[in-house]
Amino acid sequence: MELLIFYPLAGFCVVLALGVVFNTSPVGSALSLIGMMLGLAGIFVLQQAHFIAILQIIIYAGAIMVLFMFVIMLLNLKKGDDAGWIARDRNLLLSVLTGLLAVGILYKLSDIIFTAKMNTPAILPDSFGTVAIIGETLFTDFVLPFEVASILLLAAMVGAVVLAKTKLD
Amino acid sequence: MLLKLTCLVPLFPLIGSIINGFFGLRIGKNAVGLVACGSMGLSFLTSILIYIGYLMLPEGQHIYEQVAWTWFGAGDFTVDFGFQIDPLTLVMMFVVTGVGLIIHVYSIGYMHEEYSYYRFFAYFNLFASAMLLLVMGNNFLLMFIGWEGVGCCSYFLIGYYFEKKSACDAGTKAFIVNRVGDFAFLLAVMYIFNIFGTIDFSDVMHAAPEKLIYGGEIVTIITMLLFVGATGKSAQIPLYTWLPDAMEGPTPVSALIHAATMVTAGVYMIVRCNVLFNLSPLTMTTVAFIGGGTAVMAATIGMTQFDIKRVLAYSTVSQIGYMFLACGVGAYTAAIFHLVTHAFFKACLFLGSGSVIHGIHGEQDMRKMGGLKSHMPVTYWTFLVSTLAIAGIFPLSGFFSKDEVLYHSLMDGNIIFWGMGVSAALLTAFYMFRLVFMTFHGESRVDPSVHPHESPKVMTMPLVILAGLATVGGLLGIPFHHYWHLHTLHSWLEPVLHFDLANALEHSGHMLHEAGRHAPSWAHLLEPKTHDWMIELLLMFFSLAVALTGIFGAYMFYIKRPDLPEKFTEGQWGLDLVQNKYYIDELYDESIVQPTIEGSKLLWKECDAKAIDGAVNGTAQTIGWFSRQAQVFQSGFVRNYALFIVVGFISLLLVMF
Amino acid sequence: MLEDTVPLSHYLMLSATLFVIGIVGVLVRRNVIVVFMSIEIMLNAVNISLIAFDNYMNLSSGQIFSFMVMCVAAAEVSVGLAIIIALHRNKPTVNLDEFNLLKW
Repeated sequence: MELLIFYPLAGFCVVLALGVVFNTSPVGSALSLIGMMLGLAGIFVLQQAHFIAILQIIIYAGAIMVLFMFVIMLLNLKKGDDAGWIARDRNLLLSVLTGLLAVGILYKLSDIIFTAKMNTPAILPDSFGTVAIIGETLFTDFVLPFEVASILLLAAMVGAVVLAKTKLD
Repeated sequence: MLLKLTCLVPLFPLIGSIINGFFGLRIGKNAVGLVACGSMGLSFLTSILIYIGYLMLPEGQHIYEQVAWTWFGAGDFTVDFGFQIDPLTLVMMFVVTGVGLIIHVYSIGYMHEEYSYYRFFAYFNLFASAMLLLVMGNNFLLMFIGWEGVGCCSYFLIGYYFEKKSACDAGTKAFIVNRVGDFAFLLAVMYIFNIFGTIDFSDVMHAAPEKLIYGGEIVTIITMLLFVGATGKSAQIPLYTWLPDAMEGPTPVSALIHAATMVTAGVYMIVRCNVLFNLSPLTMTTVAFIGGGTAVMAATIGMTQFDIKRVLAYSTVSQIGYMFLACGVGAYTAAIFHLVTHAFFKACLFLGSGSVIHGIHGEQDMRKMGGLKSHMPVTYWTFLVSTLAIAGIFPLSGFFSKDEVLYHSLMDGNIIFWGMGVSAALLTAFYMFRLVFMTFHGESRVDPSVHPHESPKVMTMPLVILAGLATVGGLLGIPFHHYWHLHTLHSWLEPVLHFDLANALEHSGHMLHEAGRHAPSWAHLLEPKTHDWMIELLLMFFSLAVALTGIFGAYMFYIKRPDLPEKFTEGQWGLDLVQNKYYIDELYDESIVQPTIEGSKLLWKECDAKAIDGAVNGTAQTIGWFSRQAQVFQSGFVRNYALFIVVGFISLLLVMF
Repeated sequence: MLEDTVPLSHYLMLSATLFVIGIVGVLVRRNVIVVFMSIEIMLNAVNISLIAFDNYMNLSSGQIFSFMVMCVAAAEVSVGLAIIIALHRNKPTVNLDEFNLLKW
């Protein structure tokens, strides 16, 4: 059952990720990204991480992507506004080379990944991935990072307001 | 326990200095004077309390040490920030705090017109603190800190009128000449540490007779280095040239630092290390020769100077020469005795000269004085008393102390030392009365536009006190102590100066024997010295006669027949030599200063500008060239940078797998 | 017959693939918004690995980490988009090659 769900979902995500990169229109890219994130949420569910899956949908697919769309609309970007989707200058060769190299590395990595152990998931308790257990961990062992994250978000909020203001006075 | 107050003595002036230095401009002149004198007064009172506490120490204990904290430690070696109280320290403490207090009070009047009044008092208090540290420290390093501290304050205060080029130069000269001596002193301390493994006075002095061979190379080197240090600070041949120039500073500075306290630090140090010096006859002879030679030479120069303060400066050099002469013949008590009486009368003389300068608005040339006796009676009479004291007239303090030095230089030294001492005494009486006659007697040569006036009470009171001390100070050391035992200072200093020569010689003999060397015969050293009261009495009359001769000579030359000096010196090549201070300054300038400057210039132009700067600039240029090559990567495009990150990341992966 | 579970390695492979796609996007695209989205892909790719390891090793810290990653991503997006708006206001373009301010 898991097999049947995983491979189609994985393929779906990869295709949509490619769609993000190789789409000429920013709106198209953004829509592909939303799709990819929904797909990833499905993969998270497969991994028993229900809470994170929900967050993925709410935060990423919801909030963050809305922000992206909003900015695209605000800047009134149209297809081909960036004069071709790909860099034309001398970086192109290097970029392509890097891409090839990256694929090579991926191939190399796959050797190691496929020889790795842990072919089956661990025996998980029923409570794994639930809001209750995540919440408990978050507020006991990871309370300091949690608080720091809140400060980070506050700083980001103030920073965004300051940066986006028309006139700095 | 009153002795627990020890560490407060140097602390009070330090606090005063900090208050005056940081807030002096804000709190006003009256408060500055109050803080400065108050801190010195407190220090003096504490010294008295410590004296009482010292007297209450149990029988047999003659040294009290107070360790404030351990300064630093390395392995077994620790240096304490500690103070020691013993008879010698107490004498010095009283001189520093007592005379210091009087001169502080005087300065309130003398410096009153100065704008940077507070700066003067901040340095002055700091000096007092450093000097107390010097005399109270219980180890060589702490003494060295005080030693450097007083040198530093001396430099600040000589250059007090820093807008005057000559004052700045004089300060620099004093500082650099002192460095020579300080360096030798530091070397001596290092050598002592190397030999003894400790630098505490009591430990070193205790171990010295057992570790050092009488007359051996080690002790000779150590004491010679210490002595070079002392010549620097105490202005002896060959490092005396800074002291006359130091008169550029305000007069109270000359009185406190360059007459009463700091310049006697060398004498104090030698007396403090008397055990070491006793072990080295060669150094002792050198000390006596240098001291006697300085006494005579400085006195001859003093005869020809016309600047009132310079005469006193040469007189100071000469008198400190006396103290060294006394140290050199082993008469440490006489040295300290002369140090104390000298502090009284020389401080009084300097303050008196300051009063004169103050009264005629800054004139220092004696050729433009004269007849001031009627205008400033208090100054005159106190000055006269001190002059009689320094000339050695019975029964003033100088008579007793100088006589003791002369007696010991003959009995414990030889006829040459005595001859030096007596000729210096003759010259002293002559030039001091020359000073008095030229300044206070005869016709007035003062600029008619200047109206001489007596100084205010705050300045004359210290003069009176010091003159009183100069009068009665001699009672500290009543002569013939072998018969009467009335020499207070002698019995007081006995615990510090106690030295068992026979024991030391025995140890030295053993050590030489173990080293397989033949020990020389020291038997003659152990013969008891004879004390003949007849000789002592005869010498007294003789030196009194010498002093009176000097005074009479000055009277003839400068009162009776003012044309005599001209006639007498006309066509004499010697006068030119003496008036130019034997061309010592010029000699030093030619032989040391100029070559140093030339050498520095050579190093600067050739070594520094070409080699070192060349290397540095060359490095920068090479790196600049490489940077220009690498500039290509710095395109300014974010994506390019990201690309490099990825390339780096991938190469890392390739290396890892 | 195939087992009914997916080995951990396949999850990791998916994660690596998405990450490389993100890198390529960052490197080859000139539209600043798309570059930004590619960065989001990379962040998500990392999340997959974290969660997969969690599942296979019975941990929950990985989930906490991916939670933190989301926080950071949110902060980053808000600030980053604000920067883009500010940039766009100065110079009406979204072409990254027009901006070489880092040179100075």
